[in-house]
Formats: sequence, structure tokens, C-alpha cells
Amino acid sequence: MTIQQPTLPLNGAAPFNPADHRGDHLLVAEMVPSGSRVLDVGCGDGDLLQLLERRGVDGRGIELSREGVNKCVAKGLAVVQGDADTDLDAYPDDAFDYVILSQTLQATRQPRAVLENLLRIGHRAIVSFPNFGYWKMRLQLLVGGHMPRTDNLPATWYETPNIHFCTIKDFVQLCDEINVKMERAVALDLYGRPLRLNAPWWFWNLFGEQGVFVLSRRGKER
Amino acid sequence: MVNAELVNGQTLQPQEREVDHPSSLVALFGKDQPLSLDCGVDLAPFQIAYQTYGTLNAERSNAILVCHALTMDQHMANVHPVTGKPGGWLAMIGPGQPIDTDRFFVICPNVIGGCMGSTGPASTNPDTGKPWGLDFPIVTIPDMVRAQAMLLDRLGIDTLFAVVGGSMGGMQVLQWCVAYPQRVFSALPIACATRHSAQNIAFHELGRQAVMADPDWQQGRYFERGTHPHRGLGVARMAAHITYLSDAALHRKFGRRMQDRDLPTFSFDADFQVESYLRHQGSSFVERFDANSYLYLTRAMDYFDIAADHDGVLAKAFRGTRTRFCVVSFTSDWLFPTAESRAIVHALNAGGARVSFAEIETDKGHDAFLLDVPEFIDIARAFLQSAAAARGLTSSGT
Repeated sequence: MTIQQPTLPLNGAAPFNPADHRGDHLLVAEMVPSGSRVLDVGCGDGDLLQLLERRGVDGRGIELSREGVNKCVAKGLAVVQGDADTDLDAYPDDAFDYVILSQTLQATRQPRAVLENLLRIGHRAIVSFPNFGYWKMRLQLLVGGHMPRTDNLPATWYETPNIHFCTIKDFVQLCDEINVKMERAVALDLYGRPLRLNAPWWFWNLFGEQGVFVLSRRGKER
Repeated sequence: MVNAELVNGQTLQPQEREVDHPSSLVALFGKDQPLSLDCGVDLAPFQIAYQTYGTLNAERSNAILVCHALTMDQHMANVHPVTGKPGGWLAMIGPGQPIDTDRFFVICPNVIGGCMGSTGPASTNPDTGKPWGLDFPIVTIPDMVRAQAMLLDRLGIDTLFAVVGGSMGGMQVLQWCVAYPQRVFSALPIACATRHSAQNIAFHELGRQAVMADPDWQQGRYFERGTHPHRGLGVARMAAHITYLSDAALHRKFGRRMQDRDLPTFSFDADFQVESYLRHQGSSFVERFDANSYLYLTRAMDYFDIAADHDGVLAKAFRGTRTRFCVVSFTSDWLFPTAESRAIVHALNAGGARVSFAEIETDKGHDAFLLDVPEFIDIARAFLQSAAAARGLTSSGT
């Protein structure tokens, strides 16, 4: 007898309510087609992963903190305790349709190597990060003369895990350098709402509180 | 301690009685149902002693197989018939525990090669009427699992809802997932590895040499000679017990405190509490465990190497598996360190398996898996509950 593993929805899952979820999570979830295989790197408490699974995605997660892993396992998610900087090497090529790095890139030791690994493991990568070029950040540094802190990034410079901040412009430049194709780019405002689509890069870099990018390897049609 | 009793005109100590006539359930396999061992021998007849807790549901879908560690046995959640002590894994198994006996049907077999009722070197060889001793064929972890599969066939259980075990039990869990992937819905391998490390083989060899160096071992024929290698087996247990703990746990428990004295005696008495504790561990162990069985089971662990059977590539062993995995390790476990569990996880990930992995912070060493470590118990509970939901098991188990 073979075992029929029911995919989803998970039994006992609460009904979907958009208000329960972060704006950037909802945006990312919409970018992933149902039925995809997804790896969420730095999946935290598993909120995004759970949202994806409810939408019929076959999800896996990596999370550094033990508390995060425990919460994910309690939610029935397949999450392993691990480090984006060291453990991605162990994954085979093309193992996933999408690899997600949500609000984690700036906390890795080697963002470039991590980004390259994402696109080796997955056909596509979805990367979101806080934009250090956001006007409030610039203002705090320019006028206040101190390292910026916001509601979304409240930690002081000496306790923040975020050691590699970048601006949207910096990120676009890195993608060019490592030959990564940007399939889709969205900038979100402070409340997680997308900025208008046809704005130029400088506008996004100034008014986007965070950037969300769908990336793929250039020269590899899929 | 249960008293000695008369069986077939012989006075037997409680442990000796359990070997052929266990106080638990026992499944007998006749000459027509041999167990094909890796060493090439067909073992027949043989028997598997086992305990069950809870009730099998009508769909026969709520069975959990619990595989025991090296020196444990089937008495996981009941008073032990030899020691009179409470069950071996009460933190995990019982009403309302992660392996909820109100909800699941729990099967705990004694491994082949063991000494609590499943056929092993202490069992009576039907050809000679004497204990097998070293004539017993060498058994492996896959042999243990093969025997368990035959037991499940006998019980009419096709698919296990879960297979759970720590240490040597964890090895059996992994072997189940490799040998019978279609029969395992979810797996919880704890504090284990897919192969025994050189350091662990070395510790086992130390234990075996201690047993065999005891003149009372008598080349394994101690039953017939009326001797018992208590001292050798005791030393083996003492050495092994240290590997189950951690520096921090020993320090916390005993420090350098003296045993019933304030000053050193300037002798080789057990001046320190830690010495007294270890001696107690050794002497209590020999009353419930067979020395030859210890040799055989440590050997089985030494030989375990899943990747070796798959061209040296661990991921191949798990390719295409549909089983849900939760791998658990403990920070202070130096016998099966977290790196071993990570190797399992990497192989499972490479095979596309649905795997969770948690490293539990504790100073209790390898033994943590048997103890009430809340974070670990919570993980086990959450994993089994979510797997039960995915399996469509209702909370009442029916």
C-alpha cells in the first residue's frame, strides 16, 4: 500500500484573512504559483510559509533561531534549523521552483554568495529587503547625524543583526554584476503597499521602504 | 526486584527468565518463517517480545512503532518486570504525552539480539537446548528492522503512522524509512546518525574488551559454567554511561563532592560522588542485562552505515521518500553530535523529503532524549500532532 500524502489545506488551519498577514508576505505569496516547490530561507515564525502552504505551495524552510523553528514545527511546517550563510551549500541544484529570502539578505555575512546560492538551488529567487535609501533613513543620517532607526528596523547599530544594509540601487547593481535577471521588481511603502508601477528607479530608491524582487539566472530560459 | 522462580525445574534469576519467557506479549515465528540475516544465516525459529499500549483503530492507521535504544527494551511505559522501576520512556509515551496512548496504538518490540524475550544470544538454542552464546549469528540494525516488519505483518498493520526512536532506536527509524518507505507515514529519529562514527566504534570496542577480559565471561559460555561477567559488563556500562552524559551535566550533578565523607580516604574507595554513581550504574545494569547481548547489540550499531549500501551517497537512500521527517539533536550530545543529524537533514533535503530539524539546547548530553526536556517534548508533540492531522487521524484516534 502506498501512502497518499494529502498536500493542503492543513487540517485545522484557520480560514484565510488578509488582515492577519504582512503586506510584503501577501505580495510574495501572490508571486508564487500554486503547486510550486518553495524554500523560504530565514522563515522566522513561519507566517509566510504557512500562507504559501494554504495557497497550495509545497514549502520548506530554514531558520536560524531555535524558537522560530519550534514555532514552525508546531504549525506543521517542514523547517530545519540552519544558517543561510553556511547551509545553502548542502542543497542540490534546481531543487526548488522558488527560493525566498524575505527580509534576511541584510543579515547574512556574504549576501553575494547567498544570492548566487539562491539562484543555484531555485529556478527563481524572490528577495525582499529594507531599502537603506528610503528618505527617512537618509534624513536621519543627514539631519540627525546618527544611524537610522525605523519602526520596522528598531534595533540600535550595536545590537542589530543587520550587518549588510543596501539601497535598492545597490541591489540592482549587484544583480547586474552577478548576471542575474530581474523579472519583476516592486517597491513597498512604509505600510507594505506597492508604489506606483511606472516610477523611475530613483523614485523607488527614495520612497520605497523596502524592495521585493523576482530574480532568475540570465541566459537560462525556463 | 522480582524474586527468582522455578521454570522447567530450573531456578532462574528474573533476567534469565525473561529471555525465553517474557512477561510481555511475544510473537513466535516457526521454522517456515525464517528471519534472513545480513550475515547470510536464516534464523528460525525465532521470537519477538513486544509491548503494546493504546488501541488500534478500525482503519489500522494509528500505529506508532517505538524502537528502543541499546540497553533499553520493550517495557517503555510500564513497570519493568526485572528492575521493578517505572517504564523507560514515560516522558514520551503515555496518556496525554506526545506519543499519546489515548490516541495512538503504540508497539514497542524488543530488538532481535536483545535479552528481554526476543531471540538473542541468551535465548535457548533449540538445536542444543543450551543458550546460544557466541553461536548466535551476528545481527545488524537492518536485521532488527526486518524482524519488526515481520511482527507488523503478523499484527496485520500495513502502514505505520509513525516510527519513533532515539540513539540505536533512531538508527532503526532511519533504516525503516530506507527499507520500507511505503510503510512509514512519519518518522522521528532522535539523537542518532546514519552511521556509527569511529569514536563511537572505539567506545564500543572498549566495552566489549572489558566484558571479554573478565575471566567469568568464559568465552561466552558463562550460563553453563555458572559464572557471570559482572565485573567486565559493569566496567563496560560505566564507560558507556559517561558518553551518555556531558561534562556540564556531571559537574552540575556531582561536582567534586565527596560521598558520605568530608575528607579523602587516601585509598581507592569511591570517595567522590561521581565514582559512587558510576559504580551503581555498573552494578545495577548487570542485573538486568546479558553480557553477550551487549556484545551483539554494540556490534550491530558499529556495522550501521546507510550510505555504504547506496554507493556511499546518503541522499540516494532517501530519494523519492514521501515520509514526513522530524530530526532532533541535542547541543551537549557528544556521542551523536548535531553534525550527524545535519548530515541526515542534508541528505533528506537533497532527496526532496518533507523534513523538519530542531537542535535542542540542553546540558544533559545524549541521555536528554529519554528525559523530560520541555522544548524537546514540545517539538515531538507538535510534529506528531501535525502529522496526525495530515494523516486524517482525529483526536480520539478512531
